Amino acid sequence: MKILTGNDLKTGDVVWWDGADWVRDVNASVDVGDRADEIAAREEAARRVNVPYAIDAERTDDGIRPAHIKDRVRALGPTVRMDLTRRPDDANAADWVV
Amino acid sequence: MYKYDTYDQQMVDTRVAEFRDQTRRRLSGELSEDQFKPLRLMNGLYLQLHAYMLRVAVPYGTLNGEQMRMLARIADKYDRGYGHFTTRQNIQYNWIKLEDAPDILADLATVEMHAIQTSGNCIRNISSDHFAGAAADEVTDPRPYAELLRQWSSFHPEFSYLPRKFKIAVIASDTDRAAMRLHDIGIQIVTNDAGELGCAFYIGGGMGRTPMVAPLIRDFVPLDEMVTYCEAALRVYNRHGRRDNKYKARIKILVHEMGKDEYARQVEEEFAHLKGEGIEPPLAELDRIREYFADPAFKSDLPDDIDRSDPDFALWADRNTVAHKAPGYVAAVISLKPVGGIPGDASTAQMQVMADLATRYSFDECRVTHTQNIVLPHVEKGQLYELFKELDAAGLATPNLDQIGDIIACPGLDYCSLANARSIPLAQKIATRFAENGKGDTLGELKLKISGCINACGHHHAGHIGILGVDRKGTENYQLLLGGSEAADTSLAKITGPGFDEDGIVDAIETTTDVYLAQREDGERFLDTYRRIGMTPFKEALYG
Repeated sequence: MKILTGNDLKTGDVVWWDGADWVRDVNASVDVGDRADEIAAREEAARRVNVPYAIDAERTDDGIRPAHIKDRVRALGPTVRMDLTRRPDDANAADWVV
Repeated sequence: MYKYDTYDQQMVDTRVAEFRDQTRRRLSGELSEDQFKPLRLMNGLYLQLHAYMLRVAVPYGTLNGEQMRMLARIADKYDRGYGHFTTRQNIQYNWIKLEDAPDILADLATVEMHAIQTSGNCIRNISSDHFAGAAADEVTDPRPYAELLRQWSSFHPEFSYLPRKFKIAVIASDTDRAAMRLHDIGIQIVTNDAGELGCAFYIGGGMGRTPMVAPLIRDFVPLDEMVTYCEAALRVYNRHGRRDNKYKARIKILVHEMGKDEYARQVEEEFAHLKGEGIEPPLAELDRIREYFADPAFKSDLPDDIDRSDPDFALWADRNTVAHKAPGYVAAVISLKPVGGIPGDASTAQMQVMADLATRYSFDECRVTHTQNIVLPHVEKGQLYELFKELDAAGLATPNLDQIGDIIACPGLDYCSLANARSIPLAQKIATRFAENGKGDTLGELKLKISGCINACGHHHAGHIGILGVDRKGTENYQLLLGGSEAADTSLAKITGPGFDEDGIVDAIETTTDVYLAQREDGERFLDTYRRIGMTPFKEALYG
């Protein structure tokens, strides 16, 4: 699947396109198919997101998993500061990245 | 310490106001990201993996207590309670909001700090010896010269859009503690046969994808011609440096391809021309700056002994203090490398503690080292135990200076958008492995440096042992390098062979140090043994 990601303009937070809005949880991402460029251009022009781009991902039993490790780190947070990640209570969350 | 004059303060305040307006226009949509990006980068504001990252300049690594307290306040108020001290003697904040950035810069300006020229193809923060003004072996304090160059290079109109970024280091001793020859320009303050101070210029060094050790271009430039010679060196680079290929745009490529003799000839030609232009500031200006760096009021007749009855303190004192030029004093190094911790990170509370300790024990002064530690440069030996106890209570008394646990690591893929692999987890695993198996204490001086990509922010080329993270078909892989040095015996490390996965590289480090332990002769550091026996025994042990 193709999903869209970017950063919030004001806060810099990593965000994902859920079909209607930009949200923090990668698991809310929708498959944008071949509409990535169109959505990205529209949303960036409206300043609802900064520097959006499309990535490959797959839907797994554990949620949506970006294909590249860099985007998995973005989705989770720094693996060396689990307290600052999206899953601070999951001791094994860093394993999801690698 | 240098104090801003009216011009310095006005320049910084004006830049804050300018950036506040630029940020407002970006948030209102008047500026696109393409238009805004170069403007925010000029103010040290990057967009990294998780958020905006702000890199704050610490000129030649020197801070007073008030400035360190401000860094703590920014971490607390605008970030997530910590900051990351970098190999450029700067500090980076990882979780900055764009809407807060102008307020942060305004806060920094109140303590004579800024983030100007911490990014972009300009002359970056001038780095120096972190023991400047304290070292017994320096011919003079190099910081007045670094400060003069800071003033010359700030907003220099001709050098704001160089072919590529440009880094200058200034030292004043034969013991290089600033990786001087791995800078675009490395300046060593020296004395000539007549006893006069001048500058030796090493030009064309650097790390990154094409590491090079800077050759000596001129062995003596009189002090009252230093700025003019820098101008000439930059002008030749600005004229001929490659702008068509960013990977070949650094001055090291120019000096290498042009040849150092031809480069030196062109610099001399330009130098002769510029000397007639009268651009050199008068020596009186250098004297004015030098007054700010006068020695603090060192006490005389201080006891020179240290009570070593506490073994933990004795170990820390042996490893983390350095001889001082003034009798009765030492320079103390605060390790930001606790076992299993994140190299270079300091919490808000730790920064506040370090600020207070600098004020109370070190004439209100501390330094950021390029090895991601903090120095209290002037500590009375008689107060060292008290200092140690306070550091220990704050988790800042790890006794590992220049040991295998004193690892340089870039932020790597945990934070950096350029990285291919994570660096910090490796540093944590290696430090933990060697603490738990007890081998760390047997190894002596061993400088291990980790970069998460070829840009080499973790100085892996200059590590006695270096690790380079690469992307191997979407997974992290780590190349092992041996034999580098950033000291006076500067050398570039060589790759051992095929890379390793995350666990494999930790094992490989232990295999490598086992070879050293088996082969070393009396008094040899790891680097000495490597240089004596060469790569082959290590490769045989690693790859069979």
